Amino acid sequence: MGERRIRVLVGKPGLDGHDRGAKTVASVLRDHGMEIVYTGLHKTPEAIAEIAVQEDVDVVGLSILSGAHMELFPRVREALGARGMEHVLLVGGGIIPKDDIAALEAAGFSKLFGPGTNTDDIANYIKAEMQKRWTKEGADA
Amino acid sequence: MSRNNDAGSVSVVDPRAIWEQAFRKAKLRDVDFSTLSGDELQPVYGPDDVELDEHADLALPGVFPYTRGIHPSMYRGRLWTMRQFAGFGAAHETNQRFKFLLEHGQTGLSTAFDFPTLMGRDADDPLCKGEVGQVGVAISSLKDMESLMQGIPMDQVSTSMTINGPAPIVLAFYIACAEKQGVDPKVIRGTVQNDILKEYQAQHAWLVAPEPALRMITDVMAYCTEHVPNFNTISISGYHIREAGSTAAQELAFTLANGMEYVRRGVAAGLDVDQFAPRLSFFFDSHLDFFEEIAKFRAARRIWARKMKNDFGAKDPRSWMCRFHTQTAGVSLTAQQPENNIVRTAFEALAAVLGGTQSLHTNSMDETLSLPTEKAVKIALRTQQIIAEEVEVANVADPLGGSWFVESQTNRLEAEAERYFEEIEQRGGVVPSIQAGYFQSEIHRSAVRYQRAVERAQKRVVGVNCFVEDEAGPEIEIHRIDPASERHTVDSLRELRETRDAGQVQRELDAVRAACKDGGNLLERFVAAAHAYCTLGEIAQVLREEFGEFKEPKIL
Amino acid sequence: MASSDDLSGRLLAGERAALARLISWAENSDRRFPAALSSVYGRVGRAWRTGITGPPGAGKSTLVNELASTLRERDRTVGILAVDPSSPFTGGALLGDRIRMEDRTLDPGVFIRSMASRGSHGGIARATVDACDVMDAFGFDEILVETVGVGQAEYDVISAADHVVVVVCPGAGDGIQAMKAGLLEVADIIVVNKSDVPGAERLAMDLEEAVHLRTAGPRHVAAWVPPVVQCSAAKAEGMEALLDAVARHREYLQGGELEATRARKRAEQVQRVVSERLSEALWGELGYGALVKSFLDAGSTPYDVASDVLSRVLAGVPVAASGDRAGETGASAS
Repeated sequence: MGERRIRVLVGKPGLDGHDRGAKTVASVLRDHGMEIVYTGLHKTPEAIAEIAVQEDVDVVGLSILSGAHMELFPRVREALGARGMEHVLLVGGGIIPKDDIAALEAAGFSKLFGPGTNTDDIANYIKAEMQKRWTKEGADA
Repeated sequence: MSRNNDAGSVSVVDPRAIWEQAFRKAKLRDVDFSTLSGDELQPVYGPDDVELDEHADLALPGVFPYTRGIHPSMYRGRLWTMRQFAGFGAAHETNQRFKFLLEHGQTGLSTAFDFPTLMGRDADDPLCKGEVGQVGVAISSLKDMESLMQGIPMDQVSTSMTINGPAPIVLAFYIACAEKQGVDPKVIRGTVQNDILKEYQAQHAWLVAPEPALRMITDVMAYCTEHVPNFNTISISGYHIREAGSTAAQELAFTLANGMEYVRRGVAAGLDVDQFAPRLSFFFDSHLDFFEEIAKFRAARRIWARKMKNDFGAKDPRSWMCRFHTQTAGVSLTAQQPENNIVRTAFEALAAVLGGTQSLHTNSMDETLSLPTEKAVKIALRTQQIIAEEVEVANVADPLGGSWFVESQTNRLEAEAERYFEEIEQRGGVVPSIQAGYFQSEIHRSAVRYQRAVERAQKRVVGVNCFVEDEAGPEIEIHRIDPASERHTVDSLRELRETRDAGQVQRELDAVRAACKDGGNLLERFVAAAHAYCTLGEIAQVLREEFGEFKEPKIL
Repeated sequence: MASSDDLSGRLLAGERAALARLISWAENSDRRFPAALSSVYGRVGRAWRTGITGPPGAGKSTLVNELASTLRERDRTVGILAVDPSSPFTGGALLGDRIRMEDRTLDPGVFIRSMASRGSHGGIARATVDACDVMDAFGFDEILVETVGVGQAEYDVISAADHVVVVVCPGAGDGIQAMKAGLLEVADIIVVNKSDVPGAERLAMDLEEAVHLRTAGPRHVAAWVPPVVQCSAAKAEGMEALLDAVARHREYLQGGELEATRARKRAEQVQRVVSERLSEALWGELGYGALVKSFLDAGSTPYDVASDVLSRVLAGVPVAASGDRAGETGASAS
């Protein structure tokens, strides 16, 4: 019967076409039992946020390897907020220097995953976070 | 020792049987003994494992089918070209880096463009905000090309340009720039990557749908044959296929399949194969599996020679030769313990040299973190120089030729490539296979398999799944792009839009549109449009409107 | 935490996030969903629902995208449901259909939702009909449902749609295969996509012939003969012809069968909900699983045990003293 499953949007904002990481992570999250909506390449922040709305995802994961993360990641977050989606678990990955990771985590990203991250760690992080949130929702209801 | 004790029995017992018996008793390490691409390996190779045919397969260097190299003298004649890929920020900043590299002994230029340029968009396009100059240099018009090449003698330097979707437009900027420097395009040398098929398959910086993109490529071949005869019009690239996650065999097979597709298109467009094939060159990855990579390079030369001679009927030996550039594997670099990347790169570079490359880029140790710093780039260049000058490997051509192991790997890769060629053929050819997502899902599957093998420590990576150190390693200097670069490029573009002759711009854009429809040579139109200072984005927009954009197939 | 009233109110006010959340509730069998649906049910029934099915690689997603574009040119609003298979092992799913439909993401007249099949095998998800209902209530003029598309007839789409469009293309899954797989039985309209590929003409002729044979037999009263339409979705060609065929089928339905058919489909939906809840209750809270096991352990055949279970259920005999809550489970479906 219907049971709740973690729904994840894997998004590629901006112009960069490197999707090896995004697609690999999508496949691994699927193997961890999640439902993955992959946006495809070259998406604007607005399009990503609108997809998040329509798909009612729990998690938005962004991947950028173009160096434009400090421009595009915050814009995705704003676009999500503008559509009432600030509740999603927002994570990201790519070639992101340490300082930028700290800045983005301070700006509302729950977690940034740098190069060499074990994909199971990403899956386990998402599962643990969603478990916490759902437990809290259950208690609030 | 055993020889003395037991001479009699050795003569009747098969030596292989003796070895097998001993090997079975040996205790083996509990690791995976397959190649990096996951192919099973024997513990040792001997004459029973491979047939060495010195005529059909393994003729001497410079002799068909070139398994052992394309030049009889190989590196005794001329070393490989040391060509470090560079580009960032505004055009004048990359111009400075180019001059730095030339001063330090680099022998050719290699240009990296930013994503807006790679996607055929101007720096002031709203889609490009934050991306201008980030991963390469921003070139929106002939004006930017002029500042990129300012003070660099275009009749002397050879320039490689890594761009694909809008390659014909950027090449037009380069040609126009030479003309403005007073250099005859007939003497300019270099390579434009211009390999659109692998963009759909792996790297994903496309401009329009495959068929019109292929038409532009044949337009480039036709135009350059006549007007820019010393430029390599296409660099058929396996690098991005491999970096996207393919195996060595897939890189080899898909790249050569693409190469054959371009040849077919050129012939179909009415060109004589020997007119354009000598200007085709290749670009491969050199990954960490030392022998598999060397075998891959050797197999590439042999397959290409056979296909060109036997299937396409090329008569000019230069058409048979698979000339290639190599770059060490960016994906093999680790963010953890980044200095180790110097060592990885050195082994990969050595494999490329032993494999007979014509030119080489060595990655810098900091490239998993950011664009390389000058110091890191210099170490990478010095790595090549040490291989060339100190380790004495440039003295003898194809030093591993005849090795039972390397020859058996070369044969295996050739056979695997042939199986892929058949598969592609059955799927209706390269373009239908792209549209159905065949290459893309093959590459994706290999990428996931490799990632899982590393995560399960079946494949070992020092600093990642073994010999791991605490997070806080040495601080690596990060090369950041100054936001002023983007502003500079955008301002300069706005100024250009105000000062150029708007009427002439419109006339040239109309002429491009007309050529899209009537089949006129597009590169010719682009060169004229470049001189009128039409921008990259303006020309590309005409193409997008006339030809339609490419839509990603679903592969997940 | 949202109540069902809040959410249905927001849905009726046109809030897209509320529509999205209600679909999630349907998918998750959220206990608030039935109440939410009943409060918007008065608005259900105005949308036309078109199912798009066919073998893998036939170009269903591209066709849906082009259909949506053409419908938008005619000022029709469009809700799209794209179903992809869930892994039977992990329950996870890669929902990739919308990658072909991205032209429409920012169009306020279009809403695209990907659904995982979550264990259903009929080509749509258990919650697809519910999702169609809430999209209908939201006010879309047209609802397009793209099935999983594994190459077999996906019969469940019939229950979700007024029109079933079967898409095939020359080559990969050609005509004979389509017929063998029973695809023609579900079709109201047949589309030969990729009409520019060699063999398309031939395939269309074969399919017309097959339709003719099927509908001309003495036992068959051919009130509706599925037309065969050729198009090339990738080139945006043939959409007008397809929509004309849909319009003719629409007129045909309105000529008499529409209400009866929709009523029959609603009744089927009731049956599905009842069997679902019944089995959920039987093997869950009513604890019949343990009973079955004990009987089987005692040497009875599966048929004997099944008869025994059924007679107990029909007689209202509870398995365990604490478990009699069957009345609560079955009642709300009407």
